[in-house]
Amino acid sequence: MIGVISYLVFFATVAAILGIAVLGLNLQWGNTGLFNGGVVASFGAGAYGTLILGGTPQEGHLGGFELFYPLALLGGMAFSGVLAWVVGKLTLRLRHDYLAIATFGVAVAFENVMRNATSVTGGAQGIRGFERPLRDFLGSGFAYNLVFLIAVVVVLAGVYVFLERLTVSPFGRLLRAIREDETAARSLGKAPDKLRLTAFVTGSVIIGLAGGLYSTFYAFVSPQDVLPILTFQIWAMLIVGGAGNNKGAMAGAFLIWGAWTFSGWALSRFAPIEAQLYTGSIQFVLIGMVIVGMLLWRPQGLFPERLVVSQPGGGSREKTQAEGLT
Amino acid sequence: MAEPLLKLTDVSRYFGDFVAVDGVSLEIRSGSITGLIGPNGAGKSTLFNVIAGDLPPSVGRVLFNGQDISTLAPERRFAAGLGRTFQIPRPFKRMSVLENVMLAPLGQSGEGLFAPVFSRARIREEEAAIRKRALEILDFVTLRALADQPAGNISGGQMKLLELARVLMGDPKLILLDEPAAGVNPALTEVLIDKIEELNREGKTFLIIEHDMDFVMRHCDPVIALAEGRVVFEGSATAAQSNPVLLDAYLGAPVDA
Repeated sequence: MIGVISYLVFFATVAAILGIAVLGLNLQWGNTGLFNGGVVASFGAGAYGTLILGGTPQEGHLGGFELFYPLALLGGMAFSGVLAWVVGKLTLRLRHDYLAIATFGVAVAFENVMRNATSVTGGAQGIRGFERPLRDFLGSGFAYNLVFLIAVVVVLAGVYVFLERLTVSPFGRLLRAIREDETAARSLGKAPDKLRLTAFVTGSVIIGLAGGLYSTFYAFVSPQDVLPILTFQIWAMLIVGGAGNNKGAMAGAFLIWGAWTFSGWALSRFAPIEAQLYTGSIQFVLIGMVIVGMLLWRPQGLFPERLVVSQPGGGSREKTQAEGLT
Repeated sequence: MAEPLLKLTDVSRYFGDFVAVDGVSLEIRSGSITGLIGPNGAGKSTLFNVIAGDLPPSVGRVLFNGQDISTLAPERRFAAGLGRTFQIPRPFKRMSVLENVMLAPLGQSGEGLFAPVFSRARIREEEAAIRKRALEILDFVTLRALADQPAGNISGGQMKLLELARVLMGDPKLILLDEPAAGVNPALTEVLIDKIEELNREGKTFLIIEHDMDFVMRHCDPVIALAEGRVVFEGSATAAQSNPVLLDAYLGAPVDA
């Protein structure tokens, strides 16, 4: 029994961390229409940044600054933000799939740099020897994981509340207008470039926060954590949950992470032995099918975006949803 | 005569070797409803885009309200008092009709990233005022009942009215309308004309591109005609109707008879 609970705590922690990343992507794609194909670069920047800044001295690579943990985490987020600012500045003129291709390329380059810049990132070995905050106080067993889960859920809730307020604010309205039609927004005196950059950087900082928490949780990060599959998983979470809906984004994170771990378990348990060799690949195929299937049959996601956000005009219908509009 | 509201001096626009607008000089009188006509390919849309700021002029100057706006970015022109609509309407489809209109006012204090967290009371107050104004304007353009509908769900004609409503939120001096009657059912066209004339009586100036000669002759004065990138006629609607050059441009005169 304690094993199951312990596992559930572990599962929920990872899902909640990924939920934060999905919220960040939702700000970029769901609200602003920025097709970020390099989610994992922001995630990795936060993960590496946090461990390098907050870790104990290690042989062979940069790090060991032993910063006070919250500062290390903020540093990781800042690293992610700076990277996003540079990428955003360079790709500001790109739209849609072109932006996706460029950012995907950035993420692949990021992974390669992490893998090869051994003196900075520990190369393929990754960064080890990170002491998790409050470990002396809480030990490293179940109690620690439970407290960590609570902390992650508090952060998730904080990010959610921030983004919900943003969505219903004039700023959120502006982002949606940019998403819907830049030319029209421009004709009404709005400057899209600055807004796109703001949304891109803010979303990336949030994704970086998720990355920092992720590497803190495992007290380890390596190039294996910044593979493109993570980008696709986070995208699947947003598409299944419902782009443009923050609640949907979080629900999608738990659903897809649940489906991912369950499929891994089921394949290793029930699949014929020859197929088990390919468990990872089969899971990749499954996640692709989920994305495609969702886009074909329910593109608005399980929780569609609310189209009347904050300012009902007193018409007849209470809430008008995206159903049948896409 | 008073300074014209909009003044173009020797404006040309080239696309490579092709001359789309060729040395156009014209003036739009404040308080007028000026019609801009011309056959397909005459350069109307290019000229319209030069005025709206989507295309900078290759040569020449555009003066608006005494300010040189020749190279001013399109998003700066709304603040300068220049509003425009689109030939094919561009509503923000997955936003409500009301939100479409509430977006438009400039300098909203809630448009900053952290404003929604730090200055909520002020934003609430401002939003209430913007909302009230937006509903009044929606009332004016007869779209009030559709306020909560996604803008992508309303008809093409209603979208044109919505674009007018959005523009009105900025209280512009000059409103550019790109083919307001195209593809709109006659009943809605009548509504649109009513609104244009009412706004004009209140002092708004309009520049309207329109293919529908009947529309132009009945509602625009003066009329400016373009052909092959040049102004071929400028004068009252009555004079336009009997002008041989204009009839040639429209009906296609035999080249060398």
